[in-house]
Amino acid sequence: MTASTELTRLSAAELAERLRAGDVSSTEATRAHLDRIVAVDGPVHAFLNVDADGALAAAEKVDADRAAGKDLPALAGVPIAVKDVVVTHGQVTTAGSKMLEHWVPPYDATVTRLLREAGMPILGKTNMDEFAMGSSTEHSAFGPTRNPWDLDRIPGGSGGGSSAAVGAFEAPLAIGTDTGGSIRQPAAVTGTVGVKPTFGGVSRYGLIALASSLDQAGPVSRTVLDSAMLHEVIGVHDPRDSTSLPDPATGLVEAARRGDVAGMRIGVVTELGGEGYQPGVRASFDHALELLAGAGAEIVEVSCPNFEYALAAYYLILPAEASSNLAKFDGMRFGLRVEPDEGPITAETVMAATRGAGFGDEVKRRIILGTHALSAGYYDAYYGSAQKVRTLIQRDFNAAFEQTDVLVSPTAPTTAFRFGEKVDDPMAMYLNDVATIPANLAGVPGMSLPSGLSDDRLPVGFQILAPARADDRLYRVGGALERLLTDEWGGPLLDRAPELTTQEVTR
Amino acid sequence: MTAPASETLVDYDEAIGRYDPVLGIEVHVELGTVTKMFDGAPQTFGDAPNTAITPVSLGLPGALPVVNGTAVEYAIRIGLALNCEIAETCRFARKNYFYPDVPKNFQTSQYDEPIAFDGYLDVELEDGEVFRVEIERAHMEEDAGKNTHVGGSGRIQGAEYSLVDYNRAGIPLVEIVTKPITGVGARGPEIARAYVSALRDIFRATGVSEARMERGNVRADINVSLRPSPEAPLGTRTETKNVNSFRSIERAVRYEISRQAGTLDGGGTIIQETRHFHEDTASTSSGRVKSDAEDYRYFPEPDLVPVAPSREWVEEIRASLPELPAVRRKRLQEEWGVSDPEMRDLINAGATELVEATIAAGASAAAARKWWMGELSRTAKNDGVALEDLPVTPAQIGELQQLVDNGRLNDKLARQVLAGVLAGEGSPEEIVTARGLEVVSDEGALEQAVDDALAANPDVVEKIRGGKVQAAGAIVGAVMKATRGQADAGRVREIIMEKAGA
Repeated sequence: MTASTELTRLSAAELAERLRAGDVSSTEATRAHLDRIVAVDGPVHAFLNVDADGALAAAEKVDADRAAGKDLPALAGVPIAVKDVVVTHGQVTTAGSKMLEHWVPPYDATVTRLLREAGMPILGKTNMDEFAMGSSTEHSAFGPTRNPWDLDRIPGGSGGGSSAAVGAFEAPLAIGTDTGGSIRQPAAVTGTVGVKPTFGGVSRYGLIALASSLDQAGPVSRTVLDSAMLHEVIGVHDPRDSTSLPDPATGLVEAARRGDVAGMRIGVVTELGGEGYQPGVRASFDHALELLAGAGAEIVEVSCPNFEYALAAYYLILPAEASSNLAKFDGMRFGLRVEPDEGPITAETVMAATRGAGFGDEVKRRIILGTHALSAGYYDAYYGSAQKVRTLIQRDFNAAFEQTDVLVSPTAPTTAFRFGEKVDDPMAMYLNDVATIPANLAGVPGMSLPSGLSDDRLPVGFQILAPARADDRLYRVGGALERLLTDEWGGPLLDRAPELTTQEVTR
Repeated sequence: MTAPASETLVDYDEAIGRYDPVLGIEVHVELGTVTKMFDGAPQTFGDAPNTAITPVSLGLPGALPVVNGTAVEYAIRIGLALNCEIAETCRFARKNYFYPDVPKNFQTSQYDEPIAFDGYLDVELEDGEVFRVEIERAHMEEDAGKNTHVGGSGRIQGAEYSLVDYNRAGIPLVEIVTKPITGVGARGPEIARAYVSALRDIFRATGVSEARMERGNVRADINVSLRPSPEAPLGTRTETKNVNSFRSIERAVRYEISRQAGTLDGGGTIIQETRHFHEDTASTSSGRVKSDAEDYRYFPEPDLVPVAPSREWVEEIRASLPELPAVRRKRLQEEWGVSDPEMRDLINAGATELVEATIAAGASAAAARKWWMGELSRTAKNDGVALEDLPVTPAQIGELQQLVDNGRLNDKLARQVLAGVLAGEGSPEEIVTARGLEVVSDEGALEQAVDDALAANPDVVEKIRGGKVQAAGAIVGAVMKATRGQADAGRVREIIMEKAGA
C-alpha cells in the first residue's frame, strides 16, 4: 500500500486528526482521493463529475489558513463527495437526469455552503437514480453505479453513488439525501454508515426536491463517529427553509464517542423483520441484538401495526409531491429544451417534447401516478387517505417510543441484488424500502450501520430509529454496536471487501 | 377586438325589468412590501426585465419559499378593515397549472384555509345610500410574471415569440372574494364600481399598497349572473377577468347584464366561462370555457409550515389600524364644511389627502379645495396624469395661497407662479422673486400709472365724468397692461374713480 492509498483508508476523524497535527496537508489528502477516483471510478462509476481544480483550491486555502495559525473547524481539509441532487454554484448539477445534463446552478445549496465554510474540499458530485427515484441507482440517466463489494450488483439507491464512493475509498465522507431510505438502504448494501436526520434537521434549501415533506439530507461515512462529525457541520438552522428546526444538532460526536447502551431500552419492531427477509440478513441482525443485550441494553419487542400501510401511503404521497415539484422542468427557463419534430412550436408542445425526451421511465411513471392521485375526485381517496395513514404511523412511533428509547430492524430485507433483477418489476423494487419508509413518513431520524455479512458474503445493514430531535440516541447505540462488532471482526467490515482492480495513476 | 356579431344585446333597463342580476367580485391587490411573498428579492416597478429576481422567484431547482411576515401582517390589516375573522391557523396550498409566467408551474396560494373570512364592507353610493357587500374570504398568494407576446397582434395567438419578465413573479397578493352580491337591481354597475373604489381607499388608508389601478396594483374579476326573480336560484355566471379601471368595472357589469339578457331572451343558455373586457368597445368577449377548466390539483404546500397569527398580534394590529376611509371622510367633510356632492368630487378626484396636506401647510379648506379641484385638476386632465403625480406638493400650494392671503399675489399672478412651480422653476417664493411677479403695492407708482393712462385717454375720462362708470374698465386694462398684471385691479379702479370721478 502506497502512502497515498493509505491516506484514503483513514476515517474522516483520523484524517482530521492527522491534518490538525500537521502530519499531512489537505492538498495531499485531497490529491490522494482524486487519484483513487481516477484509479477505481471507471468500473464503480460513483461520480458523475469530479472537480479536481475546485477541490484542490479549497484544500490549498485550508492549508494556508492552517499555516497562518487560524482556528479551523473540526473537519477542515477533509474532502467530501456530494450527491448530485444538492446544487453547487458553478458546478454542473444534474440530479441524475438528462433534463439537467448541462445545468450549472447560479447558487449554492445551504448544505454546500456549510461544507465550504467548514473548509471541506468538494471532490465531485455522485451518481443517483434520476431525481432520487429508485432503490438501485439503475435509473440514473448516466448509467448505473456498481457495488464495490461485487461489481455485478447494485449499490442501493437512490444515493448509490455516495455510498459507493465512500465504500470504495474514493471519499471519506459524502452527502446523501433520504426520501424513503436513499441514505440508509445504500449504506446497508455497501457496508457503510448512513444517517437520515430528523426532518428539518438539515436544510433542504438547494436540494432538488423529490417529495418536500419526506426529503432529508444527511451524512454517509465509514464510521459512526464520522457521520456524527459531518452531521454537526450540516445540522444547523437555516432561515431559507421554513421547515428547518430552530436548534442546531449538538452532542452527536459526544454520543458517538461515548457509545454506551447500558440501561437503554431497545425495541425490535415486529413488523420489520418477518416475511421477505433474507435468512442471512435476519441472522446478522439477531447477532447484533445479542451483542447489544450483552452490553446491558434491554431488548423488547414492540408492534407498530400501521407500518404495513406505510409503503402504500408513501407511494401516493411521494408521487403526488413529486408531480408538482418536477413541474418546473418544462424547457422554458433552464436545463434541457427540446422542440417538437413536427407541428407548431408553442409553450405546450415544447414542454411536451422536452419532458418526453428529458425524463426517464421511472420518473414518468411516478409523475403520472402523482398527477392522478391529486386530481379532482381522487384526492380524498388517494392523497387524503395516505395523509391519514401518515398520522397513524406517527402514532405508532409515539406509542413505541413510550416503551423504548430506540427502535431497531434490519435496514433492508435483502443484501444487494444483481443488476436488472428488479428493474422490470417496480413493486419488487419498492419493497426494498419497506423498513426505511416509516421514518420518512413520521419525520423521525434513522441510521444504518453494517452488522456483518450475510451467507452470500455481502453486507447487511442494521437500522436504528429514534424519536424526532433525539438524533443523539442513534449515535449512542450506533457507536456502541460498531465498537462491539469491529472488536469481533478485528477491524472495519470494509477491510473484508474484495480489492478493486486499480488503474495506474500518472501525473 | 369587437363583440361577436351574433351577440344580441338587450337595452339595460329592459334587462333589469326582466331579470335580477347577481354579482360576485374578486379583487387582487399587490401588497407594498419591500421584498416578495416568499423570498428576499426586492419588489420594484419599472426596472429592467428579470433584474429583481432570486433563485426562489425564478423557481430554480432546489429553491424554497419562506413566508414574508410583513405580507401576513398586511393581509391581517386588510382582513380586519373588512370586518373579517382572522384564522388562528391557516395554510398555503399549491395550485398546479402550466404557464410560462408561473416559474414553478404552480402558484403558491391559499385554498381551503384563508387567513381572513366572513366579513363585510359598507359601500357608500353616489346618492349617499349605503350598500353592504358581504365578504367571503381574503387570502394570500403570489403574483405571476409578465408575458409579452412579440409579433402578430400582440396576443399569444399568432405571436412570433414571447418574452417573460419575472420581476413581478412572487409579489405578494391578497385576493378578496365577495359572497354573491344580491339585491343590486339596476344599481349593479354602480355598486361594483363603488365597492372596488372603497377597497382601493382601504388599501391606501391601511398602508398595505399604493393601490395604483393603472399599474395593475389592483385588478378585479367580475362575476355576473341573471335570474328571473330574486326568489329563483342563482343563474350561471360569467367571470370577466382583470378589469382594472373603475369606469371599466361599471361598463363590464352593464355589458354582461345586457348580453346575458339577450341570450336568455333568445332561449339560449349562459355558458360558465371567463370573458375578456375590451376598453375600446366597452364589451366583453369569450375567453376560456370553464367547463373544460384545468384541474388545479390543489394540495397543502409541503415546503411551508402553517401560519398561526397569535391573538395578541392580531389585537395589536387591530389597535394600530388607522382611521378607516368612511369614518375619515365624514370627519373631513365636517371639518371642511363641504356638501355631499363636493366631498364625492374630492374623493373621485383622489384629492382628499392632497387637500388635507395643503390645509396643514397653512391654506384654508376653501382655498385648498379650489386649487386642487380647479387649476390643478384641469392641468392633470390635460397632461393625462393623476392629480398626485403632478410635480407640485401640497406644501407648495400652501405657500402659494399664503402669498395670495398676504396680498403679495393676486389670482392671476398666483396662476402664473403655479405654472412656474409645475415647470420645475422652484418654490413659489423663488418664482415670485425670479420672475418679479409681485403685486405692485406702491401707491405712488400706481397713481403715476393711472395719471399716465388718464392722460393718454382723454375721451374715456370724458365718458367717466359724464357718468359712464363702466368706461373705467378701459383705463383699468391700460394700467394692468402697463404694470404687467402686477397691480391690484380693485385698488386701481378706486384710484381711477378718485382722480376721474365726479
